[in-house]
Amino acid sequence: MIFSIAWKNVWRNKLRSSIVIASMVIGLIGGIFYLAFAKGMAQQQVNSAIHSEISNIQIHNPEFLINNEISFTINNADEKVKKIKTINGVKEAACRITSAAMASSAITGTGIFVNGIDYKEEEKVTNISTLLVSGTYFNVRYKNPIVVGEKLAEKLKVKIGSKIVITIQNIEGEIAYSAFRIAGIYKTHNSNYDLMNVFVTQQDLTNIIGINPNSATEIAVLLNHNLLTRSVSKEIKKLFSKEISQKFLVVRTWEDISPVLKMLNEMTIQYSMIFVIIILVALSFGIINTMLMAIMERVREIGMLMAIGMSKVKVFFMITLETVFLSITGGVLGLSISWILVEIMGISGIDLSSIADGLNSMGYSSYVYPELDLIYYGLIGLLVVVTAIFASIMPARKALKFNPAQAVRHDA
Amino acid sequence: MSIISTNGLVKIYDEKTFPIYATNDISLSFEKGEFSAIVGPSGCGKTTLLNLLGGLETPTSGEIVIDNNIITKLKSSELIDFRLHNIGFVFQAYNLIPVLSAKENVEFIMHLQNYSKSERNNRVEELLLSVGLKDKMNKRPSELSGGEQQRVAVARALASKPKFILADEPTANLDSKSTSDLLDIMQSLNEKENMTFIFSTHDSRVMERARRLVSLDDGKVVNDEKIG
Repeated sequence: MIFSIAWKNVWRNKLRSSIVIASMVIGLIGGIFYLAFAKGMAQQQVNSAIHSEISNIQIHNPEFLINNEISFTINNADEKVKKIKTINGVKEAACRITSAAMASSAITGTGIFVNGIDYKEEEKVTNISTLLVSGTYFNVRYKNPIVVGEKLAEKLKVKIGSKIVITIQNIEGEIAYSAFRIAGIYKTHNSNYDLMNVFVTQQDLTNIIGINPNSATEIAVLLNHNLLTRSVSKEIKKLFSKEISQKFLVVRTWEDISPVLKMLNEMTIQYSMIFVIIILVALSFGIINTMLMAIMERVREIGMLMAIGMSKVKVFFMITLETVFLSITGGVLGLSISWILVEIMGISGIDLSSIADGLNSMGYSSYVYPELDLIYYGLIGLLVVVTAIFASIMPARKALKFNPAQAVRHDA
Repeated sequence: MSIISTNGLVKIYDEKTFPIYATNDISLSFEKGEFSAIVGPSGCGKTTLLNLLGGLETPTSGEIVIDNNIITKLKSSELIDFRLHNIGFVFQAYNLIPVLSAKENVEFIMHLQNYSKSERNNRVEELLLSVGLKDKMNKRPSELSGGEQQRVAVARALASKPKFILADEPTANLDSKSTSDLLDIMQSLNEKENMTFIFSTHDSRVMERARRLVSLDDGKVVNDEKIG
């Protein structure tokens, strides 16, 4: 019956309760949408980095990571790729030769990383082939085709068909160079990556630098789902445990490779949750005020309840329950509307192309698809209940201080 | 047999600054089945005495014994529980819960006492029938007249099966007809069920019906007479 009274009391002053509920709904929509927007942005940054740049897992010769010299290769790379592909959860794997180099056009030059790839295999691991803004993905009859990022093309002032010279250190430590003709220009969400990375065929690069064609400096592994990263990483480590213990190989997840990306991803969510908590704290003051008003309007009634023998615990519980019901009504409405909004915007996306340059320079997409896991809705729902319980303490304590003898004769 | 007795009951307000003796050395006893009224001018201490008897206030000194329990020695939580199971209250302003129907208002106290649903239903219907409101049991207080609301309050006071009922100025807000109807019901319950009623009042219509009048002045009993 206390539940029934508490629920009915919520609707005693419909206008006042509706205003509190509306403020909760608006606050929650603001907070949740911000959280979903930030989460969507961060997730897209991670997805973009995984699918266009680093994949889920990379394998290197540990010396290569220290010295960045192409002499530190992974032996029998093709064979290792075949083994990795047999692991459950692995979608694709490909090997690369990566080296620092200098790219020069007729106008200017800049430092870059050259990625020598088997473009047919690479296409299965990275999505660079789908991000071309002009030209083709090695589908040309040129000798020495090269695919460059849009930012680099702009810097070198080159276009499709233009020639650039790649200067690189060969296996013997001598400077080697070769001319490449631009086959395609790509654009990822990370303009810095586009400025720094070019793709050539593995064959063309091995011809210049003179390493064993069966060697690679990097094996990139793409998984069916990002959540499998740690478990598959363990499997790979188990598979090559001998070479790892002999320090011929090192297996790293995207979180190891790009800790900043991981940190930014986690921080974005944490900051957003703090923002949601601040909104709830602000809302709690509105709830406290409303409940205090409701209590002060019912002094006689509460006095009567205490006089006839309702225990203090039950009076406290009834007021807490009223506050929780009021908040849960706002919470359920706010969470439901937010979920619908996030789902709709998650499909249609939010176009931020007006600030695309700034976003791309930080590795963010200019088209954001808000997303939020159901667990966050549950967590925020729980926070709403906790907020309500905290907000009920002051009004409930106020009610318990009533002297029933005086309260029953209180002027309404 | 005495159901309530007080011994040297003193209640002083503002004891440290400007002491006011609301009750001053009151020793009284009430028998089972009494229909008594505590009367006197405004400020004489009627309501304070009633509140002390009901355990709503604690005396500065003195003792109250109800049915062999010294309630002045009970802890706050024990006193609340004692009130729930032993004392029925009827207030001047009815004090019904506006969001509940007449039936639910009467039922609520039984719910606090953990009666089963069937017990609650049977007793509530019986009580509302006895106060002539069975046909209005689903009406909310705002849909009832003042007299009807006070009759619901009487039914509520009886619902917990108390040892006695304390009624503080129960007719103060009622017209003559409603007052007469209410007193008829209370008198009938007193005679048929031997229910003890103690009123605080300055309403002559209540005094006419009471079988004992305890007159107070300045917190002291100045007259205590049994009528008829």
